[in-house]
Amino acid sequence: MSSVIAPTPDGVDQYFWDGVARKQFLLQKCSACGALRQPPAPMCSECNALEWETQEATGRAKVYSWLVSHHPTEPDADPRIIVVLDLEEGVRFVANLVECNLADIRFGLPVELTWVEYPSMNREAPQILPQFRPTGDAA
Amino acid sequence: MTERSLSDQAAIVGIGQTEFSKNSGRSELQLAAEASLAAIRDAGLDPSDIDGMATFTLDSSDELLLMRALGLQEVNYWSRAPFGGAGANTTIMQAAAAVASGACKHMLVWRAFNERSGHRFGQPQDPGTTVGWNWYLPFGLDTPAKIYSLTFQRYMDRYGFTNEDFGHYPVVARKHAATNPAAWFYERPITLEDHQNSRWIVEPILRLLDCCQESDGGVALVITTPERAKDMPKPPVSIRGIVDAQLIHGHVMFNYYQDDLSRYEENYRAASRLWEMTGLGPSDMDVATIYENFSPIVFMQLEGYGFCNAGESVDFVKAGHIELGGTIPVNPHGGLLGEAYIHGVNNILEGVRQIRGEAANQVEGAEHALVAGGRGGMVLGKA
Repeated sequence: MSSVIAPTPDGVDQYFWDGVARKQFLLQKCSACGALRQPPAPMCSECNALEWETQEATGRAKVYSWLVSHHPTEPDADPRIIVVLDLEEGVRFVANLVECNLADIRFGLPVELTWVEYPSMNREAPQILPQFRPTGDAA
Repeated sequence: MTERSLSDQAAIVGIGQTEFSKNSGRSELQLAAEASLAAIRDAGLDPSDIDGMATFTLDSSDELLLMRALGLQEVNYWSRAPFGGAGANTTIMQAAAAVASGACKHMLVWRAFNERSGHRFGQPQDPGTTVGWNWYLPFGLDTPAKIYSLTFQRYMDRYGFTNEDFGHYPVVARKHAATNPAAWFYERPITLEDHQNSRWIVEPILRLLDCCQESDGGVALVITTPERAKDMPKPPVSIRGIVDAQLIHGHVMFNYYQDDLSRYEENYRAASRLWEMTGLGPSDMDVATIYENFSPIVFMQLEGYGFCNAGESVDFVKAGHIELGGTIPVNPHGGLLGEAYIHGVNNILEGVRQIRGEAANQVEGAEHALVAGGRGGMVLGKA
């Protein structure tokens, strides 16, 4: 299995990676007007409120864009499929598509959240990542 | 009262560059000093005449050390442009605004780096990079080629374009570079077959020959007011108009959060502002330089600037419009794929040479040059 780069949470995104460790896929939500924001921000661009909370996402999404990622300089056994997703909640999220043949990828492909643990390139501990796979009826 | 504008408020009066290579063998500061001195002399000035400086935030050369190397006696204005290649346009805009406002008299703009023998932009991002990268690095999105490809994919899907379609641009760029002695790929043209035989960098979007070079080198420009420009040795090149257009929810690299990624919204916005500012349009342009980190972005900008309609750029390029002798020759010097990648600033120097009439691949009688930089751009013209 390919190893992945573990994130270095920077304060702005600590809630997200804390959630990942518990296998919770969290989105930042404005406490005043309810607008979701991904990536997060310290202030709501809709109403300028500073207060925010998290909302657990359903994990249902559609593929908005995709590519096959090869290592830029050395051959790799497991090229990864990187996707931009339209989450059901109406925000975009970048992740990976797993359990999917290259020929089956298409724009709008319905996918669902799955958690995968990878060896880490830069940490001792393995890294859990939110990954997405075609939903049963679409595969 | 009409709105104030930067149209024709500044002129480019000097340009200079080092050789473009893969291993300069000297420091980035030295490259900056060599290119800057060449630009200052080209303007007929002495280093002590320079009283303003601008470069990229990413440039490693310290202003005060460069002053000391060049012999600049006193600088009264300095600034830096954020992010990457978009800074090429921004530095010129800062310089134009600085001389037009009277903040200083003669601005030096430079960009110099060892981007092949030193830190290579095309390589994977350092895993320790934090702010903003956590959303991408763990998922393997670690190089500019991959990062941009997620938007290029939407563009390809919308119009049914393929990687082979995009290959027509690198063929033109390398054809132009082949007759530009300053280009790294001088006398080394390629065919579409070469392009299709080059390896995938990002499947199914970019092959090796779609990617700009990684280069060592330095370039510089001197900018002053139109009044001062009249007394200088080279034909002054007026900045007829210059714009930047940054949009909310946009991003210079991870531009995934606007509604429709198949449309390069910042580019459309920059184009409309530029045409409005200058009173000119695409049919008035005699030549264009277009920033191209990767070949698809040339096609997107040909549409954004209105040289052809949305979705028609592949046919437009295939028909030869962007070649020397075509209706709008693009990157006659070979661009960032063919000449060198000096962060896009070398594309501005080519615009200046075209208006002066001193380019290696000169477009005869060029009156107006578009220098397109994605989310910004300028029109250069005879003063």
